[in-house]
Amino acid sequence: MSDPAQSGATVAGGGRATRKPQRRESFAGRGAFLIAAIGSAVGLGNIWRFPYVAYSNGGGAFIVPYLVALLTAGIPLLFLDYAVGHKFRGSPPMALRRLHKRMEAIGWWQTLICWVIVIYYAVIIAWAIRYVGFSVTKTWGHDPEGFLTGSFLHVASNVDVEFHFVSGVFWPLLLLWLFVLAIMATGVEKGITRASWIFMPLLAVMFITLVIVALTLDGASVGLNALFTPSWGALGNYQVWMAAYGQIFFSLSVGFGIMVTYASYLKPKSDLTGSGLVVGFANSSFEILAGLGVFAALGFMATASGKPVSEVAGSGIGLAFIAFPQIISQAGAVGPVLGVLFFVSLVFAGITSMISLLEVVIAAFREKTGISRKAATWIIGGVTAIASIVLFPTTTGLNLLDVTDHFINNIGIVGVALLACLVISWALRKLPVLRDHLNEYSSFQVNKVWMALVSVVAPLVLLSLWITEIITVASKGYGEMPRNFVGIFGWGMSILVVVLAIVLSLIPWPHRSAIHHELTHEEELACENFQETEEGALS
Amino acid sequence: MSTSAIIMMIIAMVTVWGGLAASAISLFRHPEQD
Repeated sequence: MSDPAQSGATVAGGGRATRKPQRRESFAGRGAFLIAAIGSAVGLGNIWRFPYVAYSNGGGAFIVPYLVALLTAGIPLLFLDYAVGHKFRGSPPMALRRLHKRMEAIGWWQTLICWVIVIYYAVIIAWAIRYVGFSVTKTWGHDPEGFLTGSFLHVASNVDVEFHFVSGVFWPLLLLWLFVLAIMATGVEKGITRASWIFMPLLAVMFITLVIVALTLDGASVGLNALFTPSWGALGNYQVWMAAYGQIFFSLSVGFGIMVTYASYLKPKSDLTGSGLVVGFANSSFEILAGLGVFAALGFMATASGKPVSEVAGSGIGLAFIAFPQIISQAGAVGPVLGVLFFVSLVFAGITSMISLLEVVIAAFREKTGISRKAATWIIGGVTAIASIVLFPTTTGLNLLDVTDHFINNIGIVGVALLACLVISWALRKLPVLRDHLNEYSSFQVNKVWMALVSVVAPLVLLSLWITEIITVASKGYGEMPRNFVGIFGWGMSILVVVLAIVLSLIPWPHRSAIHHELTHEEELACENFQETEEGALS
Repeated sequence: MSTSAIIMMIIAMVTVWGGLAASAISLFRHPEQD
């Protein structure tokens, strides 16, 4: 048998000479993949979303729907992403086109969702970078909320998109983009893997230290009591179950192409399900840790201010940039330590997730155009960075971020994941093929139960989340945001992403594109088997 | 902390962190294939 990678044969060029077949970039080993995949899954949502979702949906009882959601939807969908990415070896557009040519548009929808998210996600990391310094001097004084919206972000009174830049956000954001693009340009092994190996252990050490410090504060047990006291009646509430599925779904980064892309860099004989279980449980482990740290700190704040935990608990930007500064101010000498640990953790967790979002976009662009990784990084990464720097470090960036984030997650991600599940399971009936692929080299075998979870349970949950969200936002609007603003940057953006995805899928793949010269899974396997045979013969 | 809160905290830690330990041990018992 000849080695396909060395044969010099032309491929898929319709008879025209094209580039030599080549093997896809890959992670050096299982450890590299695991650290990168965990780095992707563990992001800002683990730290600032999970604790409040758990607290407000049954407290200690929430662990029941949470584990059920992890095992019946989170991990099964993670396996689906791994199977698609690994078998069809590409970012979403190429992998899904290899699965079926009409699937390419879904792949571009996923890619564009990653693109929109990374544009605004970066600015939150830039804020966190500034807050590391603010924590030391407690720059916010006695009014962290006024400081955030006033002295720091200079938030405009009108809800609109304007281009009055805030230099305190602009410069750190620019430096962050240059830093991340430099990482991306060096590739999977030297860039993504090395960054993950640096940031993830540091994140673990810093966050564990943060939790230990938080647990020593007066009133920590009050916060933990509030978080873990079970409200068993919540288990009969449909909304609580949806909250659990939503948390697992958004937290694990499944269904919108990140894990498809990362799995495409795994070697052909990889243990996909074994790795998936580790990534799924590692992500949830970090959420439990975040619950301990955040609620211990909130318990301290509640005790110090004489308020119940219910009055100080919160999530998202409010928790990180308003509640935590209050905690830091009240914690005396420990405050700056707590602040630096918390905001550096946000920065590290954010950067590894930002890298994974950007990798989907860069890989999709590189594969379709056939240009080098470096060129793809600086062209599409540069465009992304410019969009981020132009739109978000401005006096109107906060409202734009709020609306975009809500719609791209609840309408975009849920919608595309639902569609992908339904088409793969029911229209194309590819689950048996993907099941066999998962089982080929994996330690944990999947069967009909996995197929039922992916084809029935996950779509039902996603459909429920999606319909509920659409009805709510369509009837009540989004918060207090003006309807025209929501119409343009919420609904309009969501629809534009779908239209653009269809347009991109209609552009033909040029002869130099990766789909024509990067080896398929079967060809890569043939290469490996050939090399093993040769080595055996020589020894 | 109330007894029920302590029990649920321990259950959450044991199931999730235990799940991580069990899945990691299971994975590394299966050698990586080249």
